[in-house]
Amino acid sequence: MIPPKFDYHRPTSVQEAVQLLQSSPEAKVLAGGHSLIPLMKLRLAAPAAVIDIGRIPDLRGIQALDSGELRIGACTTHHEIATSQAVQRAAPLLAEAAAQIGDRQVRYRGTIGGNLAHADPASDLPAVVVALNATLQAEGPQGSRSIPAAEFFVDLMTTTLQPGEILTQIRVPALGQGTGSCYLKFEHPASGYALCGAAAIVSLNPDGSCAQARLCFNGVSARPVDAAAVAQALVGSDLSDGAIDAAVEDHLRVPDPVGDIHASASYRQELAKALGKRALKAARDRARG
Amino acid sequence: MGVPIQLEVNGQTVRQEVEPRLLLVHFLRDVLGLTGTKIGCDTSQCGACTVLMDGHAVKSCTVLAVQADGSSITTIEGLAQDGKYHPVQEAFWEAHGLQCGYCTPGMILSVVDLLESHPSPSEAEIREGLEGNLCRCTGYHNIVRAVQIAAEAMGK
Repeated sequence: MIPPKFDYHRPTSVQEAVQLLQSSPEAKVLAGGHSLIPLMKLRLAAPAAVIDIGRIPDLRGIQALDSGELRIGACTTHHEIATSQAVQRAAPLLAEAAAQIGDRQVRYRGTIGGNLAHADPASDLPAVVVALNATLQAEGPQGSRSIPAAEFFVDLMTTTLQPGEILTQIRVPALGQGTGSCYLKFEHPASGYALCGAAAIVSLNPDGSCAQARLCFNGVSARPVDAAAVAQALVGSDLSDGAIDAAVEDHLRVPDPVGDIHASASYRQELAKALGKRALKAARDRARG
Repeated sequence: MGVPIQLEVNGQTVRQEVEPRLLLVHFLRDVLGLTGTKIGCDTSQCGACTVLMDGHAVKSCTVLAVQADGSSITTIEGLAQDGKYHPVQEAFWEAHGLQCGYCTPGMILSVVDLLESHPSPSEAEIREGLEGNLCRCTGYHNIVRAVQIAAEAMGK
Protein backbone atom coordinates (compact mmCIF):
# COMPACT_ATOMS: atom_id res chain seq x y z
CA MET A 1 0.00 0.00 0.00
CA ILE A 2 1.27 3.42 -0.96
CA PRO A 3 0.11 6.71 0.58
CA PRO A 4 -1.39 9.36 -1.70
CA LYS A 5 0.92 12.16 -2.89
CA PHE A 6 1.65 15.03 -0.56
CA ASP A 7 4.05 17.94 -0.17
CA TYR A 8 6.63 17.31 2.52
CA HIS A 9 7.91 19.94 4.95
CA ARG A 10 10.43 19.44 7.71
CA PRO A 11 10.51 22.57 9.87
CA THR A 12 13.34 23.05 12.34
CA SER A 13 11.39 25.02 14.96
CA VAL A 14 7.90 25.06 16.46
CA GLN A 15 7.36 28.60 15.12
CA GLU A 16 8.19 27.48 11.60
CA ALA A 17 5.87 24.49 11.98
CA VAL A 18 3.01 26.74 13.12
CA GLN A 19 3.61 29.09 10.17
CA LEU A 20 3.59 26.17 7.73
CA LEU A 21 0.39 24.85 9.24
CA GLN A 22 -1.21 28.26 8.83
CA SER A 23 -0.20 28.56 5.19
CA SER A 24 -1.48 25.09 4.33
CA PRO A 25 -4.59 24.37 6.39
CA GLU A 26 -5.05 20.99 4.69
CA ALA A 27 -1.74 19.76 6.10
CA LYS A 28 -1.34 17.04 8.73
CA VAL A 29 1.35 17.03 11.36
CA LEU A 30 3.69 14.01 11.35
CA ALA A 31 5.53 13.02 14.53
CA GLY A 32 6.49 9.32 14.69
CA GLY A 33 3.98 8.50 11.99
CA HIS A 34 2.59 5.37 13.62
CA SER A 35 -0.99 6.59 13.50
CA LEU A 36 -0.85 8.88 10.47
CA ILE A 37 1.12 6.72 8.00
CA PRO A 38 -1.17 3.66 8.38
CA LEU A 39 -4.19 5.94 7.83
CA MET A 40 -2.58 7.40 4.72
CA LYS A 41 -1.69 3.96 3.38
CA LEU A 42 -5.31 2.87 3.79
CA ARG A 43 -6.30 6.16 2.09
CA LEU A 44 -8.41 7.07 5.09
CA ALA A 45 -6.33 10.26 5.24
CA ALA A 46 -5.05 12.15 2.20
CA PRO A 47 -3.49 15.40 3.42
CA ALA A 48 -2.21 17.79 0.72
CA ALA A 49 0.88 18.38 2.83
CA VAL A 50 2.69 16.70 5.70
CA ILE A 51 4.61 18.74 8.25
CA ASP A 52 7.25 16.53 9.86
CA ILE A 53 7.92 17.85 13.37
CA GLY A 54 9.89 14.74 14.35
CA ARG A 55 13.27 16.47 14.38
CA ILE A 56 12.49 19.67 16.27
CA PRO A 57 14.84 19.40 19.27
CA ASP A 58 12.52 21.38 21.61
CA LEU A 59 9.81 18.77 21.16
CA ARG A 60 11.85 15.85 22.40
CA GLY A 61 12.88 14.72 25.85
CA ILE A 62 11.77 14.41 29.46
CA GLN A 63 12.52 17.00 32.08
CA ALA A 64 11.77 16.59 35.80
CA LEU A 65 11.31 19.92 37.62
CA ASP A 66 12.25 20.42 41.29
CA SER A 67 8.53 20.40 42.09
CA GLY A 68 8.45 16.85 40.75
CA GLU A 69 6.43 17.85 37.69
CA LEU A 70 7.41 16.14 34.45
CA ARG A 71 7.66 18.09 31.21
CA ILE A 72 7.55 15.72 28.30
CA GLY A 73 8.14 16.91 24.74
CA ALA A 74 5.35 15.88 22.37
CA CYS A 75 7.74 13.95 20.12
CA THR A 76 9.14 11.81 22.95
CA THR A 77 8.67 8.14 22.06
CA HIS A 78 6.72 5.56 24.05
CA HIS A 79 9.99 3.65 24.49
CA GLU A 80 11.69 6.69 26.02
CA ILE A 81 8.76 7.23 28.40
CA ALA A 82 8.42 3.56 29.37
CA THR A 83 12.12 3.27 30.21
CA SER A 84 12.64 6.71 31.79
CA GLN A 85 13.59 6.57 35.47
CA ALA A 86 12.20 10.07 35.95
CA VAL A 87 8.79 8.95 34.68
CA GLN A 88 8.90 5.71 36.67
CA ARG A 89 9.60 7.79 39.79
CA ALA A 90 7.13 10.66 39.33
CA ALA A 91 4.31 9.07 37.33
CA PRO A 92 4.76 5.29 37.16
CA LEU A 93 1.23 5.01 35.74
CA LEU A 94 2.40 6.71 32.53
CA ALA A 95 5.45 4.46 32.18
CA GLU A 96 3.33 1.36 32.81
CA ALA A 97 0.82 2.34 30.13
CA ALA A 98 3.48 3.41 27.59
CA ALA A 99 5.14 -0.01 27.97
CA GLN A 100 1.87 -1.68 26.90
CA ILE A 101 1.41 0.25 23.66
CA GLY A 102 1.68 -1.77 20.45
CA ASP A 103 4.93 -3.70 20.37
CA ARG A 104 8.63 -3.00 20.70
CA GLN A 105 9.05 -1.63 17.16
CA VAL A 106 5.97 0.59 17.48
CA ARG A 107 7.18 1.99 20.82
CA TYR A 108 10.50 3.07 19.27
CA ARG A 109 8.69 5.29 16.75
CA GLY A 110 5.30 6.22 18.21
CA THR A 111 5.18 9.43 20.27
CA ILE A 112 3.10 10.64 23.21
CA GLY A 113 2.03 13.82 21.40
CA GLY A 114 1.05 11.97 18.24
CA ASN A 115 -0.87 9.44 20.28
CA LEU A 116 -2.83 12.08 22.22
CA ALA A 117 -3.49 14.35 19.22
CA HIS A 118 -4.73 11.33 17.24
CA ALA A 119 -7.22 10.68 20.08
CA ASP A 120 -7.99 7.08 19.25
CA PRO A 121 -10.35 6.01 22.05
CA ALA A 122 -8.88 2.48 22.06
CA SER A 123 -5.39 3.82 22.64
CA ASP A 124 -3.66 3.58 26.03
CA LEU A 125 -2.60 7.11 26.92
CA PRO A 126 -5.80 9.24 26.86
CA ALA A 127 -7.31 7.90 30.11
CA VAL A 128 -3.86 7.91 31.72
CA VAL A 129 -3.22 11.63 31.16
CA VAL A 130 -6.74 12.37 32.38
CA ALA A 131 -6.20 10.27 35.53
CA LEU A 132 -2.86 12.02 36.15
CA ASN A 133 -4.44 15.49 35.77
CA ALA A 134 -1.86 16.29 33.11
CA THR A 135 -1.82 19.57 31.21
CA LEU A 136 -1.29 19.68 27.47
CA GLN A 137 0.56 22.63 25.95
CA ALA A 138 -0.39 23.73 22.46
CA GLU A 139 1.34 26.30 20.27
CA GLY A 140 -0.60 28.19 17.63
CA PRO A 141 -0.73 31.46 15.69
CA GLN A 142 -2.05 33.20 18.82
CA GLY A 143 0.75 31.87 21.01
CA SER A 144 0.69 29.02 23.48
CA ARG A 145 -2.09 27.78 25.73
CA SER A 146 -2.54 25.12 28.40
CA ILE A 147 -5.32 22.58 28.11
CA PRO A 148 -6.26 20.34 31.05
CA ALA A 149 -6.24 16.71 29.83
CA ALA A 150 -9.86 16.33 30.96
CA GLU A 151 -10.91 19.00 28.43
CA PHE A 152 -8.63 17.89 25.59
CA PHE A 153 -10.63 14.96 24.22
CA VAL A 154 -13.85 16.06 22.55
CA ASP A 155 -15.03 13.00 20.63
CA LEU A 156 -13.84 10.07 18.54
CA MET A 157 -10.46 11.11 17.03
CA THR A 158 -11.33 14.72 17.88
CA THR A 159 -9.53 17.03 20.28
CA THR A 160 -9.85 20.64 21.28
CA LEU A 161 -6.73 21.51 19.23
CA GLN A 162 -7.66 24.31 16.84
CA PRO A 163 -6.62 24.51 13.17
CA GLY A 164 -3.06 25.83 13.15
CA GLU A 165 -2.25 24.53 16.63
CA ILE A 166 0.41 21.94 17.43
CA LEU A 167 0.63 19.93 20.65
CA THR A 168 4.10 20.67 22.03
CA GLN A 169 4.41 19.42 25.60
CA ILE A 170 2.71 17.27 28.20
CA ARG A 171 3.03 18.40 31.82
CA VAL A 172 2.44 15.70 34.40
CA PRO A 173 2.30 16.46 38.13
CA ALA A 174 4.18 13.97 40.31
CA LEU A 175 2.16 11.51 42.34
CA GLY A 176 2.67 12.15 46.05
CA GLN A 177 3.94 9.92 48.84
CA GLY A 178 1.65 7.07 49.86
CA THR A 179 0.22 6.86 46.36
CA GLY A 180 -0.07 3.79 44.15
CA SER A 181 -1.22 3.46 40.57
CA CYS A 182 -1.97 0.80 38.00
CA TYR A 183 -2.83 0.58 34.29
CA LEU A 184 -4.50 -2.62 33.14
CA LYS A 185 -5.99 -3.41 29.79
CA PHE A 186 -7.95 -6.12 28.07
CA GLU A 187 -6.59 -5.92 24.58
CA HIS A 188 -7.86 -7.01 21.22
CA PRO A 189 -5.67 -10.06 20.59
CA ALA A 190 -4.72 -9.12 17.03
CA SER A 191 -4.35 -5.35 17.14
CA GLY A 192 -3.30 -4.89 20.78
CA TYR A 193 -5.67 -1.95 21.09
CA ALA A 194 -7.67 -1.69 24.31
CA LEU A 195 -11.19 -3.12 24.30
CA CYS A 196 -11.02 -1.62 27.76
CA GLY A 197 -8.12 -0.03 29.63
CA ALA A 198 -8.34 1.02 33.29
CA ALA A 199 -6.09 3.65 34.89
CA ALA A 200 -6.31 3.78 38.70
CA ILE A 201 -4.58 5.97 41.29
CA VAL A 202 -5.05 5.59 45.06
CA SER A 203 -3.58 7.80 47.82
CA LEU A 204 -3.59 6.74 51.45
CA ASN A 205 -4.08 8.75 54.66
CA PRO A 206 -1.60 8.01 57.48
CA ASP A 207 -4.23 5.69 59.02
CA GLY A 208 -4.42 3.68 55.78
CA SER A 209 -7.82 4.97 54.68
CA CYS A 210 -8.34 6.41 51.23
CA ALA A 211 -7.37 10.08 50.87
CA GLN A 212 -7.89 10.37 47.12
CA ALA A 213 -8.65 8.11 44.19
CA ARG A 214 -8.89 8.33 40.40
CA LEU A 215 -10.33 5.81 37.98
CA CYS A 216 -10.42 6.45 34.22
CA PHE A 217 -11.05 4.21 31.23
CA ASN A 218 -9.98 3.87 27.61
CA GLY A 219 -11.83 1.95 24.95
CA VAL A 220 -15.34 2.00 26.38
CA SER A 221 -16.57 5.31 24.99
CA ALA A 222 -15.62 7.78 22.25
CA ARG A 223 -13.53 9.70 24.76
CA PRO A 224 -11.81 8.76 28.03
CA VAL A 225 -14.28 8.08 30.84
CA ASP A 226 -13.59 9.61 34.25
CA ALA A 227 -15.39 7.49 36.85
CA ALA A 228 -15.36 10.34 39.37
CA ALA A 229 -18.33 8.91 41.30
CA VAL A 230 -16.42 5.70 42.02
CA ALA A 231 -13.42 7.68 43.22
CA GLN A 232 -15.64 9.88 45.41
CA ALA A 233 -17.27 6.84 46.97
CA LEU A 234 -13.86 5.44 47.92
CA VAL A 235 -12.57 8.54 49.73
CA GLY A 236 -12.52 7.84 53.46
CA SER A 237 -13.11 4.12 53.00
CA ASP A 238 -10.73 1.44 54.27
CA LEU A 239 -10.02 0.37 50.65
CA SER A 240 -10.87 -3.24 51.49
CA ASP A 241 -11.69 -5.50 48.55
CA GLY A 242 -15.34 -5.21 49.57
CA ALA A 243 -15.24 -1.41 49.63
CA ILE A 244 -13.66 -1.29 46.16
CA ASP A 245 -16.09 -3.84 44.72
CA ALA A 246 -19.08 -1.96 46.13
CA ALA A 247 -17.84 1.44 44.92
CA VAL A 248 -17.43 0.13 41.37
CA GLU A 249 -20.69 -1.86 41.32
CA ASP A 250 -22.75 0.99 42.73
CA HIS A 251 -21.18 4.00 41.05
CA LEU A 252 -19.58 3.09 37.73
CA ARG A 253 -21.54 4.61 34.86
CA VAL A 254 -20.16 4.61 31.33
CA PRO A 255 -21.77 7.41 29.31
CA ASP A 256 -22.48 6.47 25.67
CA PRO A 257 -20.71 3.09 25.77
CA VAL A 258 -19.39 1.95 22.39
CA GLY A 259 -20.00 -1.44 20.82
CA ASP A 260 -18.58 -2.83 17.61
CA ILE A 261 -17.81 -6.16 15.93
CA HIS A 262 -15.08 -6.83 18.50
CA ALA A 263 -17.11 -6.30 21.67
CA SER A 264 -20.64 -5.17 22.45
CA ALA A 265 -21.31 -2.13 24.60
CA SER A 266 -22.61 -4.25 27.48
CA TYR A 267 -19.54 -6.51 27.34
CA ARG A 268 -17.28 -3.47 27.46
CA GLN A 269 -19.15 -2.19 30.50
CA GLU A 270 -18.59 -5.53 32.23
CA LEU A 271 -14.90 -5.33 31.30
CA ALA A 272 -14.76 -1.85 32.81
CA LYS A 273 -16.18 -3.13 36.09
CA ALA A 274 -13.77 -6.07 36.26
CA LEU A 275 -10.67 -4.12 35.22
CA GLY A 276 -11.63 -1.11 37.35
CA LYS A 277 -11.77 -3.28 40.48
CA ARG A 278 -8.50 -5.04 39.67
CA ALA A 279 -6.67 -1.81 38.85
CA LEU A 280 -7.88 -0.12 42.05
CA LYS A 281 -6.82 -3.10 44.18
CA ALA A 282 -3.39 -3.22 42.53
CA ALA A 283 -2.98 0.55 43.02
CA ARG A 284 -3.96 0.15 46.69
CA ASP A 285 -1.44 -2.66 47.20
CA ARG A 286 1.30 -0.57 45.60
CA ALA A 287 0.36 2.44 47.75
CA ARG A 288 0.69 0.27 50.85
CA GLY A 289 4.14 -0.74 49.58
CA MET B 1 8.73 16.76 -6.28
CA GLY B 2 11.75 14.77 -5.12
CA VAL B 3 13.34 15.28 -1.74
CA PRO B 4 17.08 14.58 -1.41
CA ILE B 5 18.00 12.17 1.36
CA GLN B 6 21.29 10.77 2.55
CA LEU B 7 21.56 7.78 4.82
CA GLU B 8 23.82 4.90 5.63
CA VAL B 9 22.57 1.47 4.62
CA ASN B 10 24.62 -1.49 5.84
CA GLY B 11 27.62 0.78 6.22
CA GLN B 12 27.40 2.33 2.75
CA THR B 13 26.44 5.96 2.24
CA VAL B 14 23.44 6.31 -0.05
CA ARG B 15 22.30 9.60 -1.62
CA GLN B 16 19.03 9.64 -3.47
CA GLU B 17 16.14 11.88 -4.43
CA VAL B 18 12.87 10.30 -3.32
CA GLU B 19 9.18 10.99 -3.56
CA PRO B 20 7.95 12.02 -0.07
CA ARG B 21 5.39 9.22 -0.04
CA LEU B 22 7.98 6.50 -0.66
CA LEU B 23 8.05 4.07 2.26
CA LEU B 24 11.39 2.98 3.69
CA VAL B 25 10.62 -0.66 2.86
CA HIS B 26 10.05 0.21 -0.81
CA PHE B 27 13.21 2.33 -0.83
CA LEU B 28 15.24 -0.61 0.46
CA ARG B 29 13.65 -3.23 -1.78
CA ASP B 30 12.85 -1.40 -5.00
CA VAL B 31 15.43 1.39 -5.11
CA LEU B 32 18.40 -0.35 -3.48
CA GLY B 33 17.44 -3.92 -4.45
CA LEU B 34 17.78 -5.18 -0.86
CA THR B 35 14.94 -7.68 -1.04
CA GLY B 36 15.90 -9.51 2.17
CA THR B 37 13.50 -7.14 3.93
CA LYS B 38 10.00 -8.57 3.41
CA ILE B 39 6.57 -7.02 3.14
CA GLY B 40 4.02 -9.08 5.06
CA CYS B 41 0.86 -7.50 6.42
CA ASP B 42 1.78 -3.97 5.28
CA THR B 43 -0.23 -2.67 8.28
CA SER B 44 2.46 -2.32 11.00
CA GLN B 45 1.60 -5.58 12.69
CA CYS B 46 3.57 -8.58 11.41
CA GLY B 47 7.14 -7.26 11.65
CA ALA B 48 8.39 -8.96 8.44
CA CYS B 49 9.67 -5.55 7.31
CA THR B 50 11.68 -4.92 10.50
CA VAL B 51 15.07 -3.26 10.02
CA LEU B 52 17.41 -1.53 12.45
CA MET B 53 17.25 2.27 12.32
CA ASP B 54 20.05 3.82 14.40
CA GLY B 55 20.24 0.49 16.24
CA HIS B 56 16.52 0.19 17.05
CA ALA B 57 14.13 -2.28 15.42
CA VAL B 58 11.47 -0.44 13.38
CA LYS B 59 8.77 -1.50 10.95
CA SER B 60 9.96 -0.11 7.63
CA CYS B 61 6.45 -0.28 6.13
CA THR B 62 5.48 2.47 8.60
CA VAL B 63 8.45 4.80 8.10
CA LEU B 64 8.76 7.21 5.19
CA ALA B 65 12.11 7.17 3.43
CA VAL B 66 12.33 10.93 4.10
CA GLN B 67 12.01 10.21 7.84
CA ALA B 68 15.07 7.96 7.57
CA ASP B 69 17.15 10.83 6.16
CA GLY B 70 20.42 11.02 8.11
CA SER B 71 19.93 7.69 9.84
CA SER B 72 21.89 4.47 9.77
CA ILE B 73 19.95 1.43 8.57
CA THR B 74 20.87 -2.23 8.95
CA THR B 75 19.01 -4.83 6.92
CA ILE B 76 19.46 -8.59 7.01
CA GLU B 77 22.01 -8.23 4.19
CA GLY B 78 24.22 -6.14 6.48
CA LEU B 79 24.39 -8.45 9.49
CA ALA B 80 27.08 -10.88 8.40
CA GLN B 81 30.59 -9.49 8.78
CA ASP B 82 33.56 -10.63 6.66
CA GLY B 83 31.61 -13.57 5.31
CA LYS B 84 30.74 -14.76 8.81
CA TYR B 85 27.12 -14.94 9.96
CA HIS B 86 25.99 -12.88 12.96
CA PRO B 87 25.56 -15.05 16.10
CA VAL B 88 21.78 -14.56 15.87
CA GLN B 89 21.80 -15.87 12.29
CA GLU B 90 23.92 -18.83 13.41
CA ALA B 91 21.50 -19.55 16.24
CA PHE B 92 18.43 -19.54 13.96
CA TRP B 93 20.28 -22.04 11.79
CA GLU B 94 21.31 -24.13 14.80
CA ALA B 95 17.86 -24.27 16.42
CA HIS B 96 15.99 -24.36 13.12
CA GLY B 97 14.09 -21.23 14.17
CA LEU B 98 12.11 -21.05 10.96
CA GLN B 99 10.03 -23.00 8.53
CA CYS B 100 9.19 -21.05 5.38
CA GLY B 101 11.64 -18.29 6.32
CA TYR B 102 9.50 -15.32 5.35
CA CYS B 103 9.43 -13.78 8.84
CA THR B 104 13.07 -14.64 9.52
CA PRO B 105 14.89 -11.45 8.40
CA GLY B 106 12.59 -9.26 10.50
CA MET B 107 12.66 -11.74 13.36
CA ILE B 108 16.47 -11.81 13.42
CA LEU B 109 16.79 -8.02 13.41
CA SER B 110 14.29 -7.76 16.26
CA VAL B 111 16.34 -10.30 18.21
CA VAL B 112 19.54 -8.30 17.60
CA ASP B 113 17.78 -5.25 19.08
CA LEU B 114 16.29 -7.26 21.97
CA LEU B 115 19.65 -8.75 22.98
CA GLU B 116 21.16 -5.27 22.98
CA SER B 117 18.90 -4.20 25.87
CA HIS B 118 18.38 -7.69 27.40
CA PRO B 119 21.65 -9.64 26.98
CA SER B 120 20.32 -12.68 28.86
CA PRO B 121 16.54 -12.57 28.54
CA SER B 122 14.13 -14.95 30.27
CA GLU B 123 11.76 -16.93 28.08
CA ALA B 124 8.96 -14.52 28.99
CA GLU B 125 11.13 -11.54 28.02
CA ILE B 126 11.93 -13.20 24.69
CA ARG B 127 8.27 -13.86 23.90
CA GLU B 128 7.26 -10.36 24.94
CA GLY B 129 10.22 -8.80 23.12
CA LEU B 130 9.16 -10.50 19.90
CA GLU B 131 5.45 -9.67 20.12
CA GLY B 132 5.86 -7.37 17.13
CA ASN B 133 7.01 -10.22 14.88
CA LEU B 134 4.55 -12.84 13.71
CA CYS B 135 5.50 -16.28 12.45
CA ARG B 136 2.67 -18.29 10.92
CA CYS B 137 4.62 -21.58 10.57
CA THR B 138 6.65 -22.69 13.54
CA GLY B 139 4.74 -21.78 16.68
CA TYR B 140 7.72 -19.83 18.08
CA HIS B 141 9.22 -22.68 20.10
CA ASN B 142 12.38 -22.97 18.01
CA ILE B 143 12.58 -19.21 17.63
CA VAL B 144 12.74 -18.85 21.42
CA ARG B 145 15.41 -21.56 21.52
CA ALA B 146 17.39 -19.69 18.86
CA VAL B 147 17.32 -16.51 20.94
CA GLN B 148 18.55 -18.42 23.99
CA ILE B 149 21.39 -19.96 21.98
CA ALA B 150 22.32 -16.58 20.52
CA ALA B 151 22.26 -14.92 23.97
CA GLU B 152 24.59 -17.57 25.31
CA ALA B 153 26.95 -17.34 22.35
CA MET B 154 27.09 -13.56 22.51
CA GLY B 155 27.61 -13.53 26.29
CA LYS B 156 30.80 -15.57 26.01
